[in-house]
Amino acid sequence: MSVLLVLPIVLPLATAILGLVLPRTTRVQQSVAATGAVAHALAAAALLAAVARHGVQAVQAGGWPAPFGITLVADLTSALLVLLTGVLGVAVTVYALADVDAARHRRAFLPVLQVLIMGVSGTFLTGDLFNLYVWFEVLLLASFVLLTLGGERAQLRAGFHYVALNLAGSTVFLIAAGLVYGSAQSLNFADLATRLPALHAERPQLVLALAFLLLVAFGLKAAVFPLGSWVPQAYPAPPAAVAAIFAGILTKVGVYALLRVFTLCFPPLPALQALLLWLAGLTMVLGVIGAVAQTDLRRVLAFHSISQIGYMLLATALVAGASPTARPVAVVAVLVFMVHHGLVKSNLFLVSGAVGTLRGTTRLQPLGGLAGGAPLLAGLFFVAALSLAGLPPLSGFWAKLTVVQASFGARQWVLAAAALGTGLLTLLSMVKIWNEAFWKAPPIEPAAPAPPLRAARCGPIIGLVVLTAALGLWPAPLLDLARRAADQLLARQAYIDAVGLARPFAAAPPTVAEAAP
Amino acid sequence: MIAILAITAGGLFAVGAYLLLTRSAVRLVLGLALLSHAALLSIFVAGGLVRAKPPLIPDGAIAPPPDAADAVPQALMLTAIVISFAITAFAAVLVQQLVRDAGRDESDPPTARDAEDRA
Repeated sequence: MSVLLVLPIVLPLATAILGLVLPRTTRVQQSVAATGAVAHALAAAALLAAVARHGVQAVQAGGWPAPFGITLVADLTSALLVLLTGVLGVAVTVYALADVDAARHRRAFLPVLQVLIMGVSGTFLTGDLFNLYVWFEVLLLASFVLLTLGGERAQLRAGFHYVALNLAGSTVFLIAAGLVYGSAQSLNFADLATRLPALHAERPQLVLALAFLLLVAFGLKAAVFPLGSWVPQAYPAPPAAVAAIFAGILTKVGVYALLRVFTLCFPPLPALQALLLWLAGLTMVLGVIGAVAQTDLRRVLAFHSISQIGYMLLATALVAGASPTARPVAVVAVLVFMVHHGLVKSNLFLVSGAVGTLRGTTRLQPLGGLAGGAPLLAGLFFVAALSLAGLPPLSGFWAKLTVVQASFGARQWVLAAAALGTGLLTLLSMVKIWNEAFWKAPPIEPAAPAPPLRAARCGPIIGLVVLTAALGLWPAPLLDLARRAADQLLARQAYIDAVGLARPFAAAPPTVAEAAP
Repeated sequence: MIAILAITAGGLFAVGAYLLLTRSAVRLVLGLALLSHAALLSIFVAGGLVRAKPPLIPDGAIAPPPDAADAVPQALMLTAIVISFAITAFAAVLVQQLVRDAGRDESDPPTARDAEDRA
């Protein structure tokens, strides 16, 4: 059982090391990367199945008992998100085999992608605040490299902006982790779950300050307004495969961290919830307004990413509140939205990559005529775009429905209206892309008919479209899973019991054999 | 002692934040390095300062003496130092590339050259 928890971290690591040793541009390298990604996805699926059957799983790395050792924990929430990472990892790796140029492959593109997958999986599985920081840094370093690999001017600039912002954010996180340890004497999530509420009873301002520091650190990762300025730069600059994995999973890491810390460790904090609600509304509305103003396909998508984070944040804010009836619905909303958005937004960036390959640009003005020139691609974009806008019967409909339900449940009428309005503007801007890139006659006829897309490019896009349609038509399994995950997340006891805290020294000193196994 | 360290950390934060706000990319990296030092010092102070009481278990005992220094903040700092060193090194190389590419040291070059690029 404990092997399953470690596999999503160890498999990508092994694949990355093997990839670094092997010659870079060969078939062997490509098959290793693809096999590694598929193995990671399968391991994640096995982990999810195990957690669904046997409850929360935990393992103490090195055999030191919690809270002294390094704890890995998988509940349904973590396992579901690791599986999402696995699925996107496969899609993006396969796409990258065809899309990323040889120069980038020579500089170890595929192994670094595996390191990113490892970092993200580690983030979802860690059971302790400081290790969360370490995993954040692992995935950040990998994302720095993926973003700047190739060294084009736009990439360097976006990379610099991204590195500087994230370095500052990491500093805030580090300080927060240090202060949490200084004031609560623990970093283990399960341990903090009892210590922080106790501390809150004594010194509420201190706990509120800690919460706000963590909010800044995680909000930056999640691209919450006004900390999301890195997204519109970082998503359009690198190759489409990189943009796809960034859009699919990178911002979700921040949302997950908020969700985990504010459901498990902190007591309900009304001040924090009020601020989060405001920020969610602003992120949602300003993101979509930014998107309407853009004229480049990938920049439109990047702004929509910010806007969609607003929905997840809105649901997270409702979870952080105290209303006992609204909270489970809100957790379901966050989880369903994360899965939906990961699949769809990743896919739209892959489509933008295919458009760029066909026409050499992703600016909307010179594009056109793709509906006739590449009907398959046009159809795939159409489905993914409508899913993003939240039309039934696609996954986006259920995602938006749960978010709006959660806001109604918490009597947040204004924010529910904002969510619906944002959905309308999203549809508008998807229609704009459709008209400009696919429907209108191209301003300049392309010199030669577009070459057919290779299977490695189309395969992942088709696969992800099928997934979003399937989740839209048969939402029950995902909704059930999310409901169970919500109960587990909010009950907290299963998580704490699975970690199994050892008694601290002060209460009853463990025997020598216990302390040093 | 705590006061001295706290003031030092505060000073480092101030200087780091000031450097972050300048246009020069090199200064920005220096600012980030100073900020991470400030964060490390804060962890050090937040973990509680104990003088000359190493957290060692004496012969025959099963736990360190209750007033011994806490080893965890130092372990955290050690990890954080390694990470911030790696990231600062990456940022330094990135700035070097950026400066070489733009021909001058500004994180956000003025628009004259941008306009040329777009033309």
